[in-house]
Amino acid sequence: MATTTMSDFRVDPVSGLKIHRVANKLVQWNAFAAVVFLLVGGLFGLGVALTRMPSVQLLPPEWFYLFLTAHGLVALAVWIIFFEIAVLYFCGAHLLNNRIATPGWAWAQFWLMIIGAAMAAVAVLQGQSSVMFTAYPPLEAAPHFYLGLILFAVGALIGCFVFLGTLVVAKRENTYQGSLPLVVYGGLIACAIAIFTIVSGAVILIPTFFWRVGLISHIDPMMYRVIFWAFAHSTQQINVTAHIAIWYLIAGLLFGAKPMSEKVSRFAFLLYILFLQLGSVHHLLSDPGLTSAWKVFNTSYMIYLAVLASMIHGLTVPGSIEVAQRKKGLDTGMFTWLRKAPWGNPIFSGMFLSLVGFGFIGGVTGVVMSVEQINMIIHNTMYLPGHFHGTVVCGTTMAFMAVTYYLIPVVFQRKIALAGMAKWQPYIFSLGAYVFSLAVMGAGTLGVQRRHADITFAGQPLAYEYPEIAKGLMDLGEIFAVIMSVGAAMFIVVVLASIFTGERVTEGSAPWPKPEDADVVFEKSGKKHIGSGGFEAPGTFVLALVLFATIVLYYFINFKYLSTIWGMS
Amino acid sequence: MGTSYTAPTNPDWWREPIERTEIVWITLAFSWCLFMFVWMIAWHWIGNQNMRNEAYTTTPEKYAKHLADQAAKYAVRKDKSMPNEDVIAPPPGGDVYLAGQQWQWRPILELQKGKTYRLHLSSLDVGHGFSLQPENINFQVYPGYEQVLNLTPNKSGQFSIACGEYCGGVNAMGHHTMLGRIYVKE
Repeated sequence: MATTTMSDFRVDPVSGLKIHRVANKLVQWNAFAAVVFLLVGGLFGLGVALTRMPSVQLLPPEWFYLFLTAHGLVALAVWIIFFEIAVLYFCGAHLLNNRIATPGWAWAQFWLMIIGAAMAAVAVLQGQSSVMFTAYPPLEAAPHFYLGLILFAVGALIGCFVFLGTLVVAKRENTYQGSLPLVVYGGLIACAIAIFTIVSGAVILIPTFFWRVGLISHIDPMMYRVIFWAFAHSTQQINVTAHIAIWYLIAGLLFGAKPMSEKVSRFAFLLYILFLQLGSVHHLLSDPGLTSAWKVFNTSYMIYLAVLASMIHGLTVPGSIEVAQRKKGLDTGMFTWLRKAPWGNPIFSGMFLSLVGFGFIGGVTGVVMSVEQINMIIHNTMYLPGHFHGTVVCGTTMAFMAVTYYLIPVVFQRKIALAGMAKWQPYIFSLGAYVFSLAVMGAGTLGVQRRHADITFAGQPLAYEYPEIAKGLMDLGEIFAVIMSVGAAMFIVVVLASIFTGERVTEGSAPWPKPEDADVVFEKSGKKHIGSGGFEAPGTFVLALVLFATIVLYYFINFKYLSTIWGMS
Repeated sequence: MGTSYTAPTNPDWWREPIERTEIVWITLAFSWCLFMFVWMIAWHWIGNQNMRNEAYTTTPEKYAKHLADQAAKYAVRKDKSMPNEDVIAPPPGGDVYLAGQQWQWRPILELQKGKTYRLHLSSLDVGHGFSLQPENINFQVYPGYEQVLNLTPNKSGQFSIACGEYCGGVNAMGHHTMLGRIYVKE
């Protein structure tokens, strides 16, 4: 085992973290690859958006399905998983003052994922693999489409084990005392979910690859869907866990916030390990051959215990910020702590917009649409893309962008170039993503189907026309998808400009002042209590009640509508 | 002392009391979780829109045979939009077979409002999505599996079936042009 010397590390003056140079390089390369793939995925997404706008309809259907396959693959899997590997290495090495275990294997992870992603991308661009991200048999993609996905997944799996090895090194070399920091604990939970996810992917993609090269005669379409979603929905659970860890990280970095209660936040993460995976069944609610008992148990994450976990994080993350702000003297009124937050700092604004978007758009709709019966009036309509852009774009992608504004000075050691653009970026991106999600969900409730190159059914003797308002909502939503693309382009420009032309942060100099420790300030102030009415975070509690009321109201609106459709028993 | 990204300063953090904001919120959130769980189960009794969970394995050949038998027995007229397509009007209470195939839902059906039918759904080639418009009722449909639902139209008029699951296609025809039709008469 390699021994490390002090020269293998540098110290980040703001956080005081000891940064291992090799680990840092790996975080850089994975994060950079992620951003490049975001650019690629975003461009395909823009093509999709301009086609689904009924008044533009840019691409002919064949190209549209190719673009949509590429967009799903690159934006949903490649960009996000590369970034997650960067986050895991950052958690395991940087946050624990630790070296990375087995850097050779870590490079193998990086290159396998690059090769796999490139192979699948080539297969899609060759035009014979427009089977969508889901690739349901008996639809056939080229064999190297599946092989690319398999290599990508193997790379990611290696990354997970490098992270676990890195945690072992930290423990053995005593680089931290006591329990893992909460953020790293969140990373560990994400890693556990990732391993389950990738193994599920292997279990289904390897036989499907064998089927395509002629070694297996038949892949059962139902079995494929059951196992595929254990893989594909679970990737989204990695995202949720990772971006919540990032919310806690940013709250800690900017406000010196600590968890309101270690016990509660960790317990909520633990609920994810136990129950979040059951949610894969959301995709199977209208499938034949599965019983209601099985569906109800799984789709509710066993009595909604994983939803409970998300509702807990939704309170404790802003709650931890509120407590820190109040301890530092912003202890007046209900929302002074929030009003006086650094809204001009994209790390904070991005994180908070991610929190709100994920909760109110992705979260509320996710809870409602995954009800066994409600699913029937939503399944595979535009509501679906609306919902998961609420989670993956408004939530995960925005959170990853926000933390990138932190990683650039600390990991890439460059100041943010084009700071003015960076300041506006989270707002423009979130505005686009929020309105896009809401508008196309509206179109979905009016019946507009997902993955349609054209919503007019042109050339069909059995004509059908969607309501005018549905077409209007599609136009509106896709206009905001273009705004979202502008926001994503601004992000990419800022990142590239900063990394390649940004002013260097010299070693040992701080890019910004260290936040004060809230507890120290509080002790000096001599005060005994913060908050009001016995609540330390009353403002957050009020915001949480607004979320609560939204869910309850929206839940019953959907049941009211459900009760008016054709009877089914 | 400490932050979310540093190790807890109190090694005995498990014994720290939980603050009121969190206690009240967790109680409220968990109560709602319990309610939603019970309500989803209860809707199977109190609601009129539920999955039947009746399904069989089949083959495209077997299913095509059902379709042919049905057409022979219950074809009532040619369709006004497609003069070479039969409209099938099966008797209420009986079995109705509907199939997805690239890129159409067949046969065209005629049902009666307020009457219940045993609707069978399957595919003759790849996966499809049954999507009844404008009601917006959606089901997954596979080759090799036959799903059965008791369906009771509560409105009359002309309904369309779009495809909710990407099923391939080229420029002129494809997933996005796939349609079927159900007439519901009073």
